[in-house]
This record gives sequence, structure tokens and C-alpha cells, in this order.
Amino acid sequence: MTEAVENVFAAIGRWLIGGIRSAGAITLLFLNILRCMVKYPIRWRLFLQQMYFIGVKSQVVVLTTGAFVGAVFAAQIHFQFIKFGMQSAVGATVSVAMCRELGPVFCCLLLAGRVGAAMAAEISSMKNTEQIDALRAMGVYPVEYLGVPRFLAMLVSTPVLTGLVLIVGIACGYLVAVPILGVDSAYYWDNTIKYTAVSDVLIGLTKGFLFSMIIAVISCYKGFNPELGTAGVGRTTTEAVVISSLAILISDFFFTFILNSLFLGGA
Amino acid sequence: MSNILEIRNLHKSLNDNPVLQGVNLSVSAGENLVIIGRSGGGKSVLLRHIMGLMQPDSGEVIFKGINMSALDEEALNPHRREIGMLFQNGALFDSLSVEENLAFPLRERGGFGEKEISDRVDEALEIVDLPGQQKKMPAELSGGMKKRVALARAVISRPELMLYDEPTTGLDPIVADSINKLIVRLGDRLNMSNIVVTHDMVSAYHIADRIAQLHEGKIYYEGSPGEIQANQDPVVQKFVKGISEPQDAIV
Repeated sequence: MTEAVENVFAAIGRWLIGGIRSAGAITLLFLNILRCMVKYPIRWRLFLQQMYFIGVKSQVVVLTTGAFVGAVFAAQIHFQFIKFGMQSAVGATVSVAMCRELGPVFCCLLLAGRVGAAMAAEISSMKNTEQIDALRAMGVYPVEYLGVPRFLAMLVSTPVLTGLVLIVGIACGYLVAVPILGVDSAYYWDNTIKYTAVSDVLIGLTKGFLFSMIIAVISCYKGFNPELGTAGVGRTTTEAVVISSLAILISDFFFTFILNSLFLGGA
Repeated sequence: MSNILEIRNLHKSLNDNPVLQGVNLSVSAGENLVIIGRSGGGKSVLLRHIMGLMQPDSGEVIFKGINMSALDEEALNPHRREIGMLFQNGALFDSLSVEENLAFPLRERGGFGEKEISDRVDEALEIVDLPGQQKKMPAELSGGMKKRVALARAVISRPELMLYDEPTTGLDPIVADSINKLIVRLGDRLNMSNIVVTHDMVSAYHIADRIAQLHEGKIYYEGSPGEIQANQDPVVQKFVKGISEPQDAIV
């Protein structure tokens, strides 16, 4: 019995130490990417390739998600608010929720699944097939060649995608609330505009920007430190998506308080 | 002849297993050195130390008078560009075409116009007997063709020292022989020193000016192909003639 308890504590200890070690390594990779961005010229061709993959090719999946999140949220809010005769507040609620929370979080969870997985899989496959060693052998620093273009492209693309998700989500919320559920259009827009501040939009875009760093750095880290073999690439990819998604959801809690005090004085 | 490379008392352990236990070796300019030894004996690890892809626990790798072991990853880069390496599976960039793979080291080095790069790519493919394959992707190539393209990429920037990691592994004897001939031809044509790691004795005899046997983490024997064949030491003979004993199966 005592041995079993010891084993449990040992396992928890190993898990904690591993977690702290990984967090340290991810932080060092983040700082290394920032250093490389300053030290080396930007590889525009690779950056644009990544921009196309992240920014253009992700639009359909991200916008579809944004549209249905906005639509479903509007319907649910309407079903509750109608009990109190507050249907006219649906627009404002959908708008603020999309801007501050639903837009950036759903957008970045989708990006973690689509883009983060691709980054981790590609880099880890390169590592497993000695392509990263080949880069090093040709005098190319892998973090600069592979990490920086992906990181930069995420940083630029994600706030733009988040902005599009906000627009589509709010528009689809309107389409559900007004034509389908019969909320008065004038009240809907009036309250939406009245209660949605520029700072709400800025909070959403800033969250998108911060989450993009999390996705890029975690996915690159997992790619550069993969498990061996074909099955290892699969596990590495899965871990990149799971850890990125958890990091987004956990950090969102802290970002919410920080950004609220920054943009809204804690309101 | 002056030494282009010197390895001094190199030690390396992996997962607490000693792999290299005091390797001393030198290579002179224009020499073809073949390192033989059993699978898992540390030959590839030694090669990766020469390229600076691994750092030793102790000891030095001196390339053209510079201690590569004392340099960090980014400081190594300019010196690595003077060394070419053929990886065991080619390590071609699978997202780039043959042409882009070959042009890669030239573009990274800088100072070449697009016309010059294109000419050098064409020339390199001619040398490895693969003219007209510029637009193919690595996935469309056979094993032997991949090795040839990887070889062309490794030598395109005219390195002074070429490292070959098991260049004939996984190839049929005819393709393997053509790769052996190519290694010798390239060395002569481009005036390179070659270090070839292999356990294929046919390749070793074909390529080598000198053969070094790595055994239990050290250079056990060095000599010309003729000398190594005539040597009566049981460890050398066992490897050269491919004789196994019951305990050898478990490595």
C-alpha cells in the first residue's frame, strides 16, 4: 500500500518536473525565435507561403465556425432573454461575447487544430528523416529557417482571421435573431452599436494575437522535439494540438483579467 | 600532405552508454578514408561529430585548424559550409523539387546569380548521371536516384571535405557499385577529401586509400586496403571476412 502511494507521488512528481522542464524549453524557444527575428533577414518567400497556408487556406473552416457560433449563441441568448422581455439586448450580448471571448477563442482553437498540427507534423517529420540535420549541415539554423516564418505568419494572420470571425459571427447572430426569431431590427442594431465599444474589438484582436504566439511556439517546440518514428510523429502532432488548445483556454482566463483592466479599467 | 582534419581523443556517451572512447584520427587533403565497423558501433556518431551535428563529451575535432567542438551551433555554420555530407537516406527536402534541393546550398551561401545557379544545378545532375531530372519531386525518385541527387546537393558548393554515411546501404549491388565509382570520380574531379562510413567491404576496398576500423569506441586498426586484407589480427579478420560467432548476434 505504502509503495503504491509512493508510486503515485513519484508519478505526479515526474509529471510536474517534466511539465516545468517543457515550459522552460518552450520559453527559451520563444526567446530564440524573437532573437532570430532581429538577427537574421526575414525569408519573405517562406513567410508568404506560410501566410497563404495559415491566412488564406484557414478562412473557410474558421469562418464557418464563427458563423455557426454566432448563430447558435444568438438563438440561445434569445431563448433565455425572451423570458424577461429582453430580446432587444440579444444583439449587444452576441456582439460583446463574440468580440471579447467567443471569436478569438474559437478561431484560435480551430487554428491550433489545423495549423498547429501541420506545423508539428511537418517539422517532426523533417527531424525524423534527417532533413533538419541536412539544414544544419548546410549551415542553416533551423529555428531561423523553420520557426521564424511560421511564427511571423501566425502573428500577422491570426488577428485578421479573428477580426473576420467577429464580423461573420455578429452578422449570423443578426440573421438568426431578426429574420428567424423576430427580434426588432432597429432595437437589435441600436443596442449592438450602443454597447459594443472599440475596446471590446481590441480585446478580441489582442487575444487572437497572443494565442497565435502560443500556437506557433508550442507547435514548433513539439516539432523540433518529436518522438521517434511514424507513430511518434502522430503522437507529437496530437500533443501539439492538445497542449496548444489547453494553453489557449487556460491563458484566456488570465488574459481576460489583464486585458479588461488594460482596455476597460477592470469593467 | 597536410591534414585537413584531426580528431583528438574524442569521447561520447549516449544514454550513459559509451559510444566513442578516445578516437584519434586524421585525414590529409585529397585522401579517401573509409571507416569500417559493426552496426551500432559509433561510425555515424563519429561522422556527426565531424560535421558538428553532435558535441563530444570530451576531445576535439579540428577542421582546417579550427576546433569545431568549441563552437556553438550558429558559429559552426560558416565552417559547415566547407564540408558536405551525404546522409544515410539522402535527407532531401521533400517539399522542394530536385532543382530547388540542389540550388538550396548555393542560395544559402549567397553570391550566385540565378543563371549561375541553374548552370551549376545542370552540371551537378550531369555529374551524377541524372540529367533532365530538375523538375521531379524527391517522392518520384528511386532509392538510388535519391542518393545521387543528395550527393549532387552535397557537392554542388564544392566542399573541401565530403562525409558519406553508409552511401550504399539499401541499394542493389549494381547501383551500389555506381555510387562507389561516383564517390571516387567526384573526389578526383573536385579535389575533395572523402570520409566514407560503411560496413560494406566491397565499397571500402573500391573507395579507400586508407581504411580505419572502429572497434569498441576506438580506432582499432588503420591501413591500406591491401594491408587490412593481409592483417591476421582476429578482430580485423572477423570483420573483413564477415565471420560471426554465437555471442556476436546479440549487439
